Amino acid sequence: MPDIARTIAGILALFRKEMLALVKDPANRALLFMPALLQALLFGYGATYDLTHVPYAVLDQSRGAASGEFLARLDGTGVFERVATLTASSEIAGVIDGGDALLVISIPPDFEARLATGRQAPLQVILDGRNSSTAGAASAYVASIVASHNRSLGNASPVTVVRRSWFNPNLESRWNMMPGLIASLSMLQTLMLAALSVAREREQGTFDQLLVTPLTPLQILIGKALPSILVGLLQSTIIFLIILFWFEIPMNGSVWLLYLGLVGFTTASVGIGLSISAVSLTMQQAMLYTFMLVMPLMLLSGLLTPVRNMPFILQIATYVNPLRFGIDLVRRVYLEGAGLGDVAFDFVPLLAVAAVTLPLAAWLFRNRLA
Amino acid sequence: MSASGFTRRLTALTRKETRQMVRDRSNLIVGLLLPVVLILLFGYGLSFDVRDARVTVVLEDSSPTARDAVAGLEGSAYLAPIWATSMAEAERMIRAGESDAILRVPADFSRRLAAGDGRLQLLLNGVDSNTAASIEGYVNSALAIPSQQQADRTGNKPSGVASIAIVQRMWFNEAGESTWYLVPGLIVLVMTLIGAFLTSLLVAREWERGTLEALFVTPVRPLELVLAKLVPYLVIGAIDLALCLLAARFLFEVPMRGSLPVIVLACLLYLTVSLALGLFISAITRNQFAASQLALLASFMPAMMLSGFVFDLRNVPTIIQVISQFLPATHFMGLIKTLFMAGNNWPDIVRDCSILTLYAIVLIILTRRALRKKLD
Repeated sequence: MPDIARTIAGILALFRKEMLALVKDPANRALLFMPALLQALLFGYGATYDLTHVPYAVLDQSRGAASGEFLARLDGTGVFERVATLTASSEIAGVIDGGDALLVISIPPDFEARLATGRQAPLQVILDGRNSSTAGAASAYVASIVASHNRSLGNASPVTVVRRSWFNPNLESRWNMMPGLIASLSMLQTLMLAALSVAREREQGTFDQLLVTPLTPLQILIGKALPSILVGLLQSTIIFLIILFWFEIPMNGSVWLLYLGLVGFTTASVGIGLSISAVSLTMQQAMLYTFMLVMPLMLLSGLLTPVRNMPFILQIATYVNPLRFGIDLVRRVYLEGAGLGDVAFDFVPLLAVAAVTLPLAAWLFRNRLA
Repeated sequence: MSASGFTRRLTALTRKETRQMVRDRSNLIVGLLLPVVLILLFGYGLSFDVRDARVTVVLEDSSPTARDAVAGLEGSAYLAPIWATSMAEAERMIRAGESDAILRVPADFSRRLAAGDGRLQLLLNGVDSNTAASIEGYVNSALAIPSQQQADRTGNKPSGVASIAIVQRMWFNEAGESTWYLVPGLIVLVMTLIGAFLTSLLVAREWERGTLEALFVTPVRPLELVLAKLVPYLVIGAIDLALCLLAARFLFEVPMRGSLPVIVLACLLYLTVSLALGLFISAITRNQFAASQLALLASFMPAMMLSGFVFDLRNVPTIIQVISQFLPATHFMGLIKTLFMAGNNWPDIVRDCSILTLYAIVLIILTRRALRKKLD
């Protein structure tokens, strides 16, 4: 029994020292929560795929009541804003090239006449494809307006599709992005803190002193891992609260399950961070190796683009990426209200990564490679 | 005499910085290997283009009319329909992540269709809102095909029903491929990361180790110090730029409609800004950890998220638009996309290049001032 008590006392002593090292510098203290706070707010507003503003120009060669009616429908959406009225097709290049208009609607001279005689009237839409996602979304929007206009012309299709969307009724991309940020924004700093905590001691030469204390590698590992895990959870909590109370995205799942998932995810991240630190000689190396690793982990996580759109071989590669499963778990618990049974699979890669990297780090403490 | 002293000291310092850079493997890994990894990931890994979306079709009405109505799904290149018999099964598949959407054909579909009011229900999993919106579009157009064919068959005789048809043309990116705008954006990212990750540590490290104070007693002037630290990383950046341009041209076949000298010039200009920004952050923080965090927060993350790289700035609130205008990355992002896909648009080139030049000059002056030989 006293053995266990001594082990825990040793871990606690190291834990206390690590926490003091972390918070004693006011600049460092601010760095522990300010980035998460600022980024959650900035990206909450900035990271959106939703069309909110489409500047467009019109070249109306028909100048009739029919084209006026259609354009009124376009303006009525509140999304399309007419920035220019053109008089000749030679002006189209000017407004598109300069980025003044995302699209130009060109109405041919016989538009009114064709509609009046019950024929099909072509409507030309010219899009700026420099951002193909936005252009595609704008084009789909125009198509839906044309379809509803056609219905009002008495051209109803016999089949209508009634759409309902689960978990995100208005299909807002913010709802998809923000829960993903709970995992990804905290990951970078957690990884780096873990990596630096050992690398700093290596650089200053105090790590060798730590190794000759009565602490075992396992105790050092736990003492070094816990503060980083706590900081990771603190940052996740800040982002979680911003999402819940500032952006008011409804949380459908259990908070306990969310945190259980975050603990698993953060532990895996810290394991990777400690392994990095064990192969780095200096703080600079630890930081650079962290960046080297974090960039691919972020891109292959499904945060910006879905994993299912990736080539098969890269999809396989994502199985060692804890961020992919962290994001999946948080999104599903937060938005879908998924239970433990639904997300149990996400825990497997997370625990596997932690089970490999943490012992590896402990071993590398004594048998350094670098 | 003083001019030759300037060159002599600059050469000596540059040589020292270059050796320091090459000596540490981690510099080269981040400076040269990371860009290659990013090029490959962006070119092959990231795509917004949904393919083979899994739509579970629940036929509660199994009449031939109902089957005909949804037959168009099979022909769509973007959809991979899964046939199911009950809603319970389809809902389970959504929960288990085996399917992205449900198209429900209700039991009374053919009866109501005969009355001219056939309704299909499309249920989407909105967690991935972007994919969901794409699927909705694909399903709508796939369902429209059979009814259009029907209309064509009857349409020869004038039906007397007027309609508008869209003739669409997408300029600059006719096929609407996301790689075409991601790859030019990647150049911005790579140029940014060298500044944010590599030069941001340079001066802070010397502050931490006290070697900067040692330099104060030498005849070296602050400007020489700044330039000597920029040069080796400009070379790394130029190599990365060459890699990016070659990959864009030959691997991903992104069009390069602007002239190559202008593209290279604009890239080198932005590279200088990015390196100078990293150096400035390094000079004012005097601490490697703080410098790297600040560089990440002020330079790299905004370049990735707020510069119009993937998220279009037309869609963001005014306050974010204002903030983004202060980022050099935003100006370079707009310029490089235009240069690649649209061509030499001189008003844009002149405006954005002047802004970037201004940033470069101001940042170098500020860094020089931060390195003045003064002890606290």
